[in-house]
Amino acid sequence: MPDELLHLPVIHRVLARDKDTPGALLPILHAIQHDIGYIPDAAVAEIAHALNLSLAEVHGVISFYHDFRTTPPARHTLRLCRAESCQSRGAEALAAQLREQLALDDHGTSADGAISLRPVYCLGACACSPALELDGQVHARLTPERLRALVNACREDAAC
Amino acid sequence: MLKLYIPCDSVARAVGADQVADALQREAERRQLPLDIQRTSSRGLYWLEPLLECDSAQGRQGFGPVTPDDVPSLLDAFTGEPGEPGEPGGHSLALGPVEDIPYLKTQQRLLFARAGITRPLSLDDYRAHGGFAGLEAAVALDGAEVVAAVLDSGLRGRGGAAFPAGIKWRTVRDAVAGQKYVVCNADEGDSGTFADRMLMEGDPFLLIEGMIIAGLAVGADKGYIYVRSEYPDAIRVLDQAFAIARDAGYLGSDVAGSGQAFDLEVRVGAGAYICGEETALLESIEGKRGIVRAKPPLPALQGLFGLPTLVHNVLTLASVPIIIAKGASFYRDFGMGRSLGTMPFQLAGNIRQGGLVERAFGLTLRELVEGYGGGTASGRPLKAAQVGGPLGAWVPPSHFDTPLDYEAFAAMGAMLGHGGVVVADDTLNMASMARFALQFCAEESCGKCTPCRIGSTRGMEVVDRLIATSDMTERHDQALLLRDLCDTMQYGSLCAMGGMTAYPVASALKYFPADFGLTHTEAAQ
Ligand SMILES: Cc1cc2nc3c(=O)[nH]c(=O)nc-3n(C[C@H](O)[C@H](O)[C@H](O)COP(=O)(O)O)c2cc1C
Ligand code: SF4
Ligand code: FES
Repeated sequence: MPDELLHLPVIHRVLARDKDTPGALLPILHAIQHDIGYIPDAAVAEIAHALNLSLAEVHGVISFYHDFRTTPPARHTLRLCRAESCQSRGAEALAAQLREQLALDDHGTSADGAISLRPVYCLGACACSPALELDGQVHARLTPERLRALVNACREDAAC
Repeated sequence: MLKLYIPCDSVARAVGADQVADALQREAERRQLPLDIQRTSSRGLYWLEPLLECDSAQGRQGFGPVTPDDVPSLLDAFTGEPGEPGEPGGHSLALGPVEDIPYLKTQQRLLFARAGITRPLSLDDYRAHGGFAGLEAAVALDGAEVVAAVLDSGLRGRGGAAFPAGIKWRTVRDAVAGQKYVVCNADEGDSGTFADRMLMEGDPFLLIEGMIIAGLAVGADKGYIYVRSEYPDAIRVLDQAFAIARDAGYLGSDVAGSGQAFDLEVRVGAGAYICGEETALLESIEGKRGIVRAKPPLPALQGLFGLPTLVHNVLTLASVPIIIAKGASFYRDFGMGRSLGTMPFQLAGNIRQGGLVERAFGLTLRELVEGYGGGTASGRPLKAAQVGGPLGAWVPPSHFDTPLDYEAFAAMGAMLGHGGVVVADDTLNMASMARFALQFCAEESCGKCTPCRIGSTRGMEVVDRLIATSDMTERHDQALLLRDLCDTMQYGSLCAMGGMTAYPVASALKYFPADFGLTHTEAAQ
């Protein structure tokens, strides 16, 4: 909990800036997640109070959207595209390789805390499938070797 | 000074455009060679990305796909003695004049006229290539005349439903309200599509111009662009473009000397496919869960915050400037039947030459997939193409001579949707794809109605049982059940999410029964 309280100044700053925007909830959630890395529990009551919503309404919105996290992310987030175009170019085999290399299912975080996996359905890179997004950067025309190298790079920087 | 062009498009960057630009800069410095690198939009010839271009007397010469390792030999060629710069005929990556590449030369680029040519955030580039001609013409017209031009052009919504745009414009214009909105649907959730992304990243002022014209014509002074969070580059480019447009007087209290106000704001989605559905999208902008609203009321009358709202896809709004600049009849001369104008088709999946192909409606799927696309990337036999995103049908090659026309596709139980075409070779299993469609629906359903919410999960179980069983009677029963379920979803769902998930499933079962362990006759029963 004390950790969470540390986030209050950030939350208050975002709320002070955005709370009077029409339809402010999504921009506020995005801003908090951007600054803190996730939506801490402490934020929910603050947001609800500022926007005159119930706690349930705020929770409902957070849980509806796949993007919002309520726990801190790993150091790296890897989102492999699992949609049709990438599937037609071997995305399922790449997903299996990831599961094996990281000993994870499609939604997990690796034991060393280096990588969180999340599926994504299309990155708009379909003319160069298969594709993934790693920490906001898209990589396309992915090969098994390239995927392995990207994952290894994430894990190595975890060691230091 | 040697002048080179290389795209800043996010997918060109995803295959190494930045590394090539950096290598060029470094190598030129090492050689003390003055070099000007312009970062333009992408031509959309993605199989050639990173595509490097160089000025020459014959227009821009192309080289691609380039890797950083090619940079020294390319610079040798550009600066070599024989021939002029940009005519290093012999280089192994030389493609000749870019505009003569048949893939590009045979296109009819109206929306993507500037693609690969201009720098996305340069107003000067935009103006020098026809930008703002539509707005200038619109400012001189009465709003009703603008609406009439959109109606006459035959433009239909490019987001999927293909509803005549002009009718929506008239409805919003005629609605009496103190506040109205223009909302651009840039959620582009359909897999296999990327034209909205390309346009926002590469030619943001075109979308802005289209939205301004719409706002002035229907009497809205505020516009939102709802962009999916998977497109961070588009979001950044749009925000920068708004600031530039505001400084230049195109946005703000007096738009382009019209005396009317209009301004824009980006709203970022949060990873929910259903928020591409227009009413769910409006809920999302309002700060709620993306639950589909029942219609009526129409968004045109009671849309965002309950007020009259014009909702259109990126490509629909971006088509407007050219319609106003060149006239409705210019635009409607492209196309066939009731599918008028041009459509940026997007070639994706297992395809040799993936990219954007803007053509008038009416060319065949075969011309697109085999002509432009050059067949499968794997070189294996072509099995099917899914047209129109995850809710589109899988079309077998026997139907590839169908013209790309809204009505022709509807007649065969398919749809054009947003123009995405995902090609598959014979290794892709269609029973898996049917299961995937149902799984996607189960994950992305807004949950409001039962056929979609429950039917999709039930459908997955049915496909699993169908594939697992070796008992033929059981298999038939499950296939029958699957078809029934498709019918229930198609006719009992509130929106096309549940309604059209039946398309990929039913088409997979109909055309590829062997993947389900059935014969054609069995599947047809
Ligand atoms: C499940 C679902 C997803 C949709 N996704 C999109 C989308 O990503 N982009 C889009 O423009 N339209 C999408 N649509 C269509 C919109 O509901 C709406 O028809 C469109 O925004 C209207 O604009 P238009 O007239 O320019 O086509 C979707 C519809 C459904 C049912
Ligand atoms: S069909 Fe599905 S997505 Fe559409 S309203 Fe019903 S439950 Fe929601
Ligand atoms: S389907 Fe993977 S990037 Fe579009």
